[in-house]
Amino acid sequence: MPANWRRLALLAAAIGMLAAAVLPLSSEPTAGLLSRPALLAATLLTAALYAGAAFVAAPLSIAASFGGVALSCAVTLALLRDATIAGYAAWGFWLPVLATWGAAWLGVARLAAVKPHDKTASRIVDLAIPLLFGAFIFYLWEVTVRGFGVPTVLFPAPSVIAIRFFASPAVLWQDFVQTFVLGMLTGYVIGCGAGFLVAVLAHRYTFLGRGLLPIGNFVSALPIVGIAPIMVMWFGFDWPSKAAVVVVITFFPMLVNTLAGLNTAGHIERDLMRSYGAGHRQTLQKLYLPAAMPFIFNALKINSTLAFIGAIVAEFFGTPTQGIGFRISIEAGRMALDMVWAEIALAAIAGMAFYGFVALAERATTFWHPSYRT
Amino acid sequence: MASIRPFEHTTAPEAATGEAGAPAAKALTVDARGVSLTFHTGDGEVQALANVDLQISDGDFVSLIGPSGCGKTTLMRIIADLQQPTAGTILVNGVSPEQARLARHYGYIFQAPALYPWRTIERNVMLPLEIMGFDAKERRARMERYLKLVNLSGFERKFPWQLSGGMQQRASIARALSFDPALLLMDEPFGALDEIVRDHLNEQLLRLWDQTGKTVVFVTHSIPEAVFLSSKIVVMSPRPGRIVDVIACDFPRDRTLEIRETPEFIKVAQRVRSGLRSGHSYDE
Amino acid sequence: MTSSTVSTARPAEIAWHPAVGRYAPIVVIALALIAAWYIAAVLMNINLVRNAFERNETPYTTAELIAGTLNAERPLLPAPHQIIETFADDVFDWPVTSPRSLVYHGWVTLSATFLGFLLGAAFGIILAVLIVHARTLQKSLLPWIICSQMVPILAVAPIVIVVLGSIGLRGLLPKAIISAYLCFFPVTIGVVKGLNSPDPIQRDLMRTWSATPGQIFWKLRWPSAVPFLFTSLKVSITISLIGAIVAELPTGAQAGIGARLLAGSYYGQTIQIWAALLAASLLAAGLIGLISLAERSVARLMGAH
Repeated sequence: MPANWRRLALLAAAIGMLAAAVLPLSSEPTAGLLSRPALLAATLLTAALYAGAAFVAAPLSIAASFGGVALSCAVTLALLRDATIAGYAAWGFWLPVLATWGAAWLGVARLAAVKPHDKTASRIVDLAIPLLFGAFIFYLWEVTVRGFGVPTVLFPAPSVIAIRFFASPAVLWQDFVQTFVLGMLTGYVIGCGAGFLVAVLAHRYTFLGRGLLPIGNFVSALPIVGIAPIMVMWFGFDWPSKAAVVVVITFFPMLVNTLAGLNTAGHIERDLMRSYGAGHRQTLQKLYLPAAMPFIFNALKINSTLAFIGAIVAEFFGTPTQGIGFRISIEAGRMALDMVWAEIALAAIAGMAFYGFVALAERATTFWHPSYRT
Repeated sequence: MASIRPFEHTTAPEAATGEAGAPAAKALTVDARGVSLTFHTGDGEVQALANVDLQISDGDFVSLIGPSGCGKTTLMRIIADLQQPTAGTILVNGVSPEQARLARHYGYIFQAPALYPWRTIERNVMLPLEIMGFDAKERRARMERYLKLVNLSGFERKFPWQLSGGMQQRASIARALSFDPALLLMDEPFGALDEIVRDHLNEQLLRLWDQTGKTVVFVTHSIPEAVFLSSKIVVMSPRPGRIVDVIACDFPRDRTLEIRETPEFIKVAQRVRSGLRSGHSYDE
Repeated sequence: MTSSTVSTARPAEIAWHPAVGRYAPIVVIALALIAAWYIAAVLMNINLVRNAFERNETPYTTAELIAGTLNAERPLLPAPHQIIETFADDVFDWPVTSPRSLVYHGWVTLSATFLGFLLGAAFGIILAVLIVHARTLQKSLLPWIICSQMVPILAVAPIVIVVLGSIGLRGLLPKAIISAYLCFFPVTIGVVKGLNSPDPIQRDLMRTWSATPGQIFWKLRWPSAVPFLFTSLKVSITISLIGAIVAELPTGAQAGIGARLLAGSYYGQTIQIWAALLAASLLAAGLIGLISLAERSVARLMGAH
């Protein structure tokens, strides 16, 4: 963004902040900013930081903008504690929010344009950008929901969800164990393991491989989640039926990807093994398997999301009185959306943690692949 | 299958000359008679090799030279039991190619280094040793010895992509030497490298051959390279592959690259070129 | 394995016709799987059938027992011919608009699938274009998009439907939105990869011609991205189908394949469930076939042979 535009935008943000002092904060009668000395001071400081950021050079400017953003967030959140403002916020409130949004956006954009020489610094920046971005989105969520007075029953604010989350550890843990550990993990391990073994067999006996690969490709595209009711019929209501669904869901992508991976070893490398008089088992161990690792991990990553979805959806078809899917449908029916979101947060955290774990394992075993080195 | 110790090769004794300068008969490492290979493809037959007779003695450095598609790589793959002929007989070290392969009589070096990217250089060199059942101490000792021989000491812990093309190819040579095979089969190993590196590696290969006394079969389509390195040059014609000429060279074993400007060298090179021409290698 | 000391030449290999080589394994394995299915059906239903016979105190032979397992009314595992029979009944024996026709249910799900797919693919492409051109978006948004896929949206499906229902959006649109959320991700990732696929050499050439970003996009990036686009469209449309089916579950929808699955499981109509699954599979295959057809015609236009 050209420097002048940026300067203008930051100055506009500063002016937006000052609007809070002048314009009404709420449609209800309430004390204006001028009668809240601490908040007024903070607002003026923020405006100063934005204005300062407009004229200072890069690293200081970015720091100043983010400092202003942090202060402004604190001010607006503090204002929302006032019952006369929450739910009735007016332009005096929203202009600072918009101004802060602009400043935050500019800060993130400038951070993205920064190219530090140091490797650790660059990694910190790469981590900071999405985190700051995400944090701001959460802030916006909180402020919009509370500022507009959206009923909690319809769409709760993050703070409400967080309170509910930390207030119900027992229930959350129970649901987590039921869905994630018993339903998903067991199914994931069995399904991926079986897919792997069959792929190794299919690689050894090419006739089997040539027949299974197209069939496997086809079946992976099918809505396998639909077999959930059948699994309930076979295995009962409890977690084995969910695990069975996960097994079927994860089997085929694992089979297809592992087979593709085992086939990537080049002709030259295979001839090399032949020239050493290596048997099939040795060649499998030293050539085919290591070469297949990128593909295997690709499947493991895909399967981690598929497995989770499968386990939760399978619960919609019938489950004993616990499980993430179960809890969500029950609480949604009771319109207790804060609990629903708390469960979603649980699912999101668990899902991301698991995926991150698989990604780390992938990095350790496939660091040599060209796609990581570029 | 119990690990088979490779054919232990000792450095060849000096060519014993009998009375009146007649050299003693040397063992035949490769004995090919009437070897032919015909492919059956969708649109008819393709004859890759037609009636090839070739004898390679112990300790020879034989170059196979010819245009692309003349079957020189195919011939070498037949020696290596990576392909089977459709006619003719072939003996490697007195046994069938398959037995020679299972007894690890030869080391194969491809056009590309074919190092495994997930193994460090040292583990790459030790790969055949692991397969053949050498114990850990022996593996390490051999790896160090042969990496030193190709001047790559100090690069053991590096990964292949951290090395240049020439260094990777040297590592693959060390790997082929590590289990001490009597026969080295090299398929255009320096083709992908620039000329300066190539010259350098040619010299190193010559030293290696001189020091270890192995038999080398070397496929190339560079005339200077063939003439510089070989004790015998086999000129082949384009498909169907046939041997057009066999030229013996006896340049001194301690030759350097300067020899390429001498008249003797040029004469041999001209003979190679005329052989290629008579085999229609230069025709469209 | 003994071999003579002299290697004899091998006779030339028999050349099979290439089509035989390609399709024989698939056909053989498919037949083997169907045979295994029949055996499994016999084994799984045998107790059921035996109990039924003994309850009625009728004598039975082994042949009758086996025949019974393959024709049971509420089998644990229906035999393939039973599924096909019920499927044919549900497709052909009812008028297309009747709620007992699989065609009707298939159409309901298909319309949600298509709408969701169009929305998701459009959104995915636009997002991809933005990500490639704005470094800010790439670094701030892309990690969150990846994370978003780890939130099992299908868990959120009930809420989405309830929330949208309270604003007055019912029926097709909420399902389409859920499908769109699920299927935009593969399109985004695929198209980003495709838009970034041209060689640095090609991009440098564009710079020597002082091409504007718009020109570079339309003349270089977009054409390079087309193969990636189609691959991800195939993945995306199957996911959209799954999304549409699953979106029908938590709210007890009355129409659609998901609803059919639910009804079958409530009333213990096993074969009906399998027939609905067969319908879903045929839909998925058909959708992938459609995209492949589109892909082939576009590829021919772009010079592939």
